[in-house]
Amino acid sequence: MTTKTDRTLRRILTDVLGLKPGQVDAFTAETGLFGHLPELDSMAVAALLTEMEDRLEIQIDEDEIDGELFETYGSLLAFAEAKREDA
Amino acid sequence: MTFEDWPCPRPGGGTGSELAVRFDRDRPRRLLVLPALFDEANRMRRLTIEVLRRLDAAGIDGVLPDLPGCNESLVPLEACGLDDWRAAASAAVERFRPSHVLAVRGGGLMVPPGLPGWLYGPVKGTTILRQMLRARVLSARESGREESLDALLATGLEEGIALAGHAFGPQMIADLQAATPPKGADLSEIEQDLIGGSPLWLRAEPDEDRAQADALAAVLAVGMLA
Repeated sequence: MTTKTDRTLRRILTDVLGLKPGQVDAFTAETGLFGHLPELDSMAVAALLTEMEDRLEIQIDEDEIDGELFETYGSLLAFAEAKREDA
Repeated sequence: MTFEDWPCPRPGGGTGSELAVRFDRDRPRRLLVLPALFDEANRMRRLTIEVLRRLDAAGIDGVLPDLPGCNESLVPLEACGLDDWRAAASAAVERFRPSHVLAVRGGGLMVPPGLPGWLYGPVKGTTILRQMLRARVLSARESGREESLDALLATGLEEGIALAGHAFGPQMIADLQAATPPKGADLSEIEQDLIGGSPLWLRAEPDEDRAQADALAAVLAVGMLA
């Protein structure tokens, strides 16, 4: 099932990582992010979080950010979905 | 394309000299570009110049001035606040007599009143600031140090702070916290959907995109030649 959050998150990753159109469609819940995608340095992570706040209309606290969040696409999506429900 | 030193007000008084990139053949339609700020300045510079080249070919003059403390400027960034950049933008209007303005991203925070034009991807000062603070917290954490966003902000407001390789004075931190892009009947917002592709300011590395330069130049040319 594709949710609006899922689509938005894929679009954000495409934008921040400069992925080719369609590349992000191949991401599954198990696709690794941090460490697997060389583009994801601290500046890119900061941009990613800011865009997530902006486009998903959520607030992300620094304390919530750890390595596990970016381990896989699935973990990042689950975090975003939970945030959306709280909002 | 020519490069020119132009007289620009210095922070704290007096007049200094800043660089301007010009496509100037004294044509009636003239675009002043207020560039994106800080890291985004690097990521957006090539696209900005490419757009000016295309407008030049379409019969439109363009000028891209440096702001004090940015790009080739000899003024320390630490000495600058947003009001200094607003004064620089107004001086650029007097000097180059533009008919229109294009503000790219954070450039929207210093748009001089009275000129029609466009805001491309306008952003609040606080968003720019928060992203740089956050990048610093994240990179400190990678090297095993814990820093808090609130504490960094408090330090920045009190004594200034280095973020993403830029030394900011307390005035700029306070100004960024408060500044929002202007709203005006004469200023239109250009959304990324109109340009297509992914915004280049989000990329981790500077990049270029001919299709985006074509699209942005077309939006501006249509608006200016109408």
